[in-house]
Amino acid sequence: MGWYYIQGILILSGIYLMAVLGLSLLTGFTGLFSFGHAGFMAVGAYTTAAMTIKFNVPFILALLIGGLAAALVSLVIGKLTLNLKGDYFCIATLGFGEAIRLILDNVQYFGGARGWPGIPLKTGLMNVIIFNVIAVVILVNLIKSRHGRNLQAIREEEMASQIIGINVFKYKMISLAISAAYAGIAGGMLAHYTGFLQPKMFQLIKSTELTIMVIFGGLGSISGSIIGAIVLTSLPEVLRAFDRWRLVVYGASVIFIMITRPQGLMGGYEITITNIKKLISRITSLGKKKHTIGGDN
Amino acid sequence: MSTILALKNVTKQFGGLTAVGDMCFDVKKDSISGLIGPNGAGKTTIFNLITGIYNVTEGEILFEGNRVDGLQPYQIADTGITRTFQNIRLFKKLTTYENILTACHYNTDYSILDAVIRNKKFRTGEKKLHQQVQELLEIMELTDRKDAVASNLPYGLQRRLEIARALALKPKLLLLDEPAAGMNPDETIRLMNLIKEVRDRFNLTVLVIEHHMDLIMGICDKIVVLNFGKKLAEGTTQEIQSNSKVIEAYLGEEDVIC
Repeated sequence: MGWYYIQGILILSGIYLMAVLGLSLLTGFTGLFSFGHAGFMAVGAYTTAAMTIKFNVPFILALLIGGLAAALVSLVIGKLTLNLKGDYFCIATLGFGEAIRLILDNVQYFGGARGWPGIPLKTGLMNVIIFNVIAVVILVNLIKSRHGRNLQAIREEEMASQIIGINVFKYKMISLAISAAYAGIAGGMLAHYTGFLQPKMFQLIKSTELTIMVIFGGLGSISGSIIGAIVLTSLPEVLRAFDRWRLVVYGASVIFIMITRPQGLMGGYEITITNIKKLISRITSLGKKKHTIGGDN
Repeated sequence: MSTILALKNVTKQFGGLTAVGDMCFDVKKDSISGLIGPNGAGKTTIFNLITGIYNVTEGEILFEGNRVDGLQPYQIADTGITRTFQNIRLFKKLTTYENILTACHYNTDYSILDAVIRNKKFRTGEKKLHQQVQELLEIMELTDRKDAVASNLPYGLQRRLEIARALALKPKLLLLDEPAAGMNPDETIRLMNLIKEVRDRFNLTVLVIEHHMDLIMGICDKIVVLNFGKKLAEGTTQEIQSNSKVIEAYLGEEDVIC
């Protein structure tokens, strides 16, 4: 394995991490399941690529426009479906994801089903890392504020959140829009990494993969989402040696985690300095406690 | 004393069933009013109508002279009405502290952008919220449980936390739906004192649904009795206790009073 190969995996992990971070906000912190995030990635990818190729917009600005476009599309979807109760939103996003793919299949301006080659390669390891650090900081700051707490309240108990004056619909829209923007930016980065876009890249399976990464890492944990994205993107590559069996092993390992740790790897906990200190002190106090009898912990 | 809440000919129908029919009553400012009646009499439905969870079929609900029926629940919370639930609805996975902190969100107004760049507005706003949470924890005697996850709290404390969360909104009218359900007599008395204390401290008006007659008779200035969605009687505790219709419909034989 050369550095070029490892670098490729890292960049890909970084790109999916971006999308997973957004989905983590929506699924992990707001409690809304989406199976259409590949659709938002597609919107972002094609918009970004169109911006850089057809309008010569600088890469970073094009990425932001791509994210914005995905957010705007998500607002339309949200406006129509977020007022519905239960799983309708989930089903609507599923339909949306497929619809976007089929539309792109038929738009010859973007190359249609044959794909769109010749997108400039602008995504490198450096800018992926920088974008992800910024994305994580924004997300953490958002979650550790009254707005983030309102989202978590909606996840926990929707009716009670309304009673304490949270505009549930508005906050769901905000969550969806930010989440879609992240996915859009991830799509833009993907376009400029592979240099080639095809609607087939954004099938339903991509959306499910993103959701699996969030659940694998643990709902309501940003560090969990980060671990989930990196592990599950690189796992199929690490398993290349298994040849045909690698996806079986991939699936089995996801099932294994779900059975042994249904709350996900991190299970809602975050890796922070204070939490690590707490963990260490708990381990050391556990060693001391062995000598004493009693105590209710 | 002026009227803070008025129900005027409020009717709520679910299909063919009239859950609440032609209901009229007033709640005076700074009073504690009780809403009693047998199971299925429509007490909780009235709470759901006041807080906007259900829409009224007919009639008007006036809060401080303004119509509040037809508003969304969060808008009604904005006007100063909040409630607790019969089946406790806390943010179960969050801690006591976070539960109250979330409900405090009103008392600061920094935007999402302020939060993301962590500017001064954000920091002063958060500081204010944390101070308020500390105060509430002390008043409600939950300080020693502040890091406990809400779903792990004992039942009585969960009820208390729900009241604390409601108080975080600084409401004008607090609706309590069976706050003493599942509490032993000792806890009920403590809850009674707490409700009175909270009323005086926060200048609240309280409307309470309860089956514990000790509590109702002990704290209420006025009682409204419901049966089958209709108002059966209205009056002070003495009037209700001596009302033959009420005794017949609700309290039954005297020795049933608990």
